[in-house]
Amino acid sequence: MTNPVPALLSVENVTAGYGDATVLFDAAFEVHTGEIVAIVGANGAGKTTLLSTIVGLVAARAGRIMFRGRDITKRPAHLLPSDGLALVPEGGRLFPFMTVEENLTLGAYSPASRQGLVARRDEMMQMFPILHERRQQPAGTLSGGERQMCAIARALMCRPTLLMLDEPSVGLSPLMVERVFEIIEGLARREGLTIVMVEQNVTEALEVADRGYILDHGHIVRGGDAAMLRRDRDIQETYMGL
Amino acid sequence: MADLINVIAVGILLGGIYALVSVGLNLIFGVIRIVNFAQGEFVMLGMYGTYAGYTYLHLDPYLTLIVVLPCLFVVGAVVQRLILAPLRTEPAMQIFATFGLLMLLENVVLAATGGAAYSVTSRVAQISVDLAGVQVGLVRLIALAAATLVTVALGVFLRYSMLGRAIRAVAQDRSAARLMGVNVDRIYMLTFGIGTMLAGFAGCLLAPIYSLSPQIGTSFILPAFAVVVLGGLGSVPGAYVGGFIVGLTEAFAGYYLDPALKHAVLFGVFIAVLIIRPSGLFGQIGAEEVGLRES
Repeated sequence: MTNPVPALLSVENVTAGYGDATVLFDAAFEVHTGEIVAIVGANGAGKTTLLSTIVGLVAARAGRIMFRGRDITKRPAHLLPSDGLALVPEGGRLFPFMTVEENLTLGAYSPASRQGLVARRDEMMQMFPILHERRQQPAGTLSGGERQMCAIARALMCRPTLLMLDEPSVGLSPLMVERVFEIIEGLARREGLTIVMVEQNVTEALEVADRGYILDHGHIVRGGDAAMLRRDRDIQETYMGL
Repeated sequence: MADLINVIAVGILLGGIYALVSVGLNLIFGVIRIVNFAQGEFVMLGMYGTYAGYTYLHLDPYLTLIVVLPCLFVVGAVVQRLILAPLRTEPAMQIFATFGLLMLLENVVLAATGGAAYSVTSRVAQISVDLAGVQVGLVRLIALAAATLVTVALGVFLRYSMLGRAIRAVAQDRSAARLMGVNVDRIYMLTFGIGTMLAGFAGCLLAPIYSLSPQIGTSFILPAFAVVVLGGLGSVPGAYVGGFIVGLTEAFAGYYLDPALKHAVLFGVFIAVLIIRPSGLFGQIGAEEVGLRES
C-alpha cells in the first residue's frame, strides 16, 4: 500500500561521502508535510553527512533527493532557501562577528524572502524575546542556548516549508535541551512547519518526533512510528542506554 | 619643531598612499583568505592604464578612472574565475599562483614597454599647498583624501548593503553563508574584482606622483603586507590606520635613524606585531583563524 499523498521530502537510496571514504550507504527515508521526523544514531553514524547531502553541501554519489515533487539532488546549496528548505547546522554556525540582528537579516538573503524582512525579523524577536534583548550583541558572545535559538530564528527568516536541524541539543544544559525540543515541537504544532532533526539524544528526540529512523554506520537500519521505536527493546538497549 | 611637523606630514601623506594600496589587499585576504602577491601588480596596471588614457585619449589622469576602474574590476574577476577558482581546494597553491601572476604581469609590461620609464602629469601636479608651514603637493593630498573616502565607502557598503553583509558572511563562515542562500563562488569573484578595482584606483591616483616602471608593484606590495598585518587581517579600517602607522614609522625611522634603515625598522615592527598580536591592532581576535574552519 502506498501513500496517496506524495512525500514533501524523499531521499531515495542516497550514497555519499568524502574523498575515498563512503559515509552514507543507500539511505532512504520520507518526510510528510506537518510531521516531525527524527533521525537518530551515534556519533559518526553519518547524520551530518545525510543532512549536508540533502542541502547540497556534499554531493550525492548515487540516489535521488526529491523535495516538493522536484529533483534537488544536484541543486546548488544556495538555491535551497528560496525553495523553502532551511538547515540549522550543528552548533548553529552563526556569523560570530555580526550582531544577532545582522545574523537574522542574512537569514532572509534569498531574493524571495527579502520582502517583509523587517516584519519577519520582528516576528522572530517576538518568538524569541532573548534575541530582541541581545540584538546588538555580536553572535559570538551568545550562550549555547541563545546561539541555538538565534540559529533557528535565522533559518526561519526565509519562511521555510521544511526545517532541518543538525543536533540541536548538542552541548546544551539539560534544561536548555528541554527548551529547544519544546521550541521544535511548537514550530511543528503551532506554525505548521515540517521538521527533520538528527540527534544523538535518542530518547528525547523520539519523544518529540512523530516518526523516527535509526542510522547506524551509514545505514538506515530501522524506521517507523516514534512511539513504537521508543518502546522497542533492542533500540532501548543499543541507543537509549536502558 | 619644524622638522617634527615635516616628518609627521611626510609620514601621513605616505600613510595615505599605503592605506590606499592596502585596502583592496585586506578585503581580498579577509574574504577569500588569499594572500594576493599580485596586488601591487594590479596597482601597476592601474598606473599604466592611466598612462594609456592620458597619452592616447588625452584625458587628465584623474578622469581616466572612468575607464581604469571597470577594466581592473573585470581583470580581477577573470583572474579569480580562471586562475584562483580552480585551485580553491588548495589554498597554498593559490598563493603560489598569485606570485606567478606577479612575475607574469611584471614581465609582460616590461617586454611591452621595453623597460622605459613613463610619467604622467596632471594639471594639479604642480600645485602645492601650505599646511602649517609645510609645503604639500596637491596630488598627495588628493591621494590621502581618496584613501579616506574609499575606506569610508567600502565600510558603509560592507556594513549596510545586503551584498556587503553577504561578503562579510562569507568571510566569517562560508558554508553557513551558503545555507543562507549566498552564492559563495560569485561572492569570491565579486570580492576579488572589487579588490583589484581598488588597486586600480590606487594606481590612478599614484600615477601623477611616481614615475611608472614595471617593477613598481613590488615596491608597494611589501609595505602593504606590513600595513595589513599591523592594522589587522581582514579589517578595512585596520588597513586605513595601518597605512598611517607604516607611513609614520617609515618617516620617523628615515629621518631620525637612517634612511637606509627605514624598511628594516618597519619589518622589525611587523614581526614583533605578528608575535605579540597576530590579529593585528584592529583585527578581531581569532579572525585570522575563523575563516579557515571549513575547507
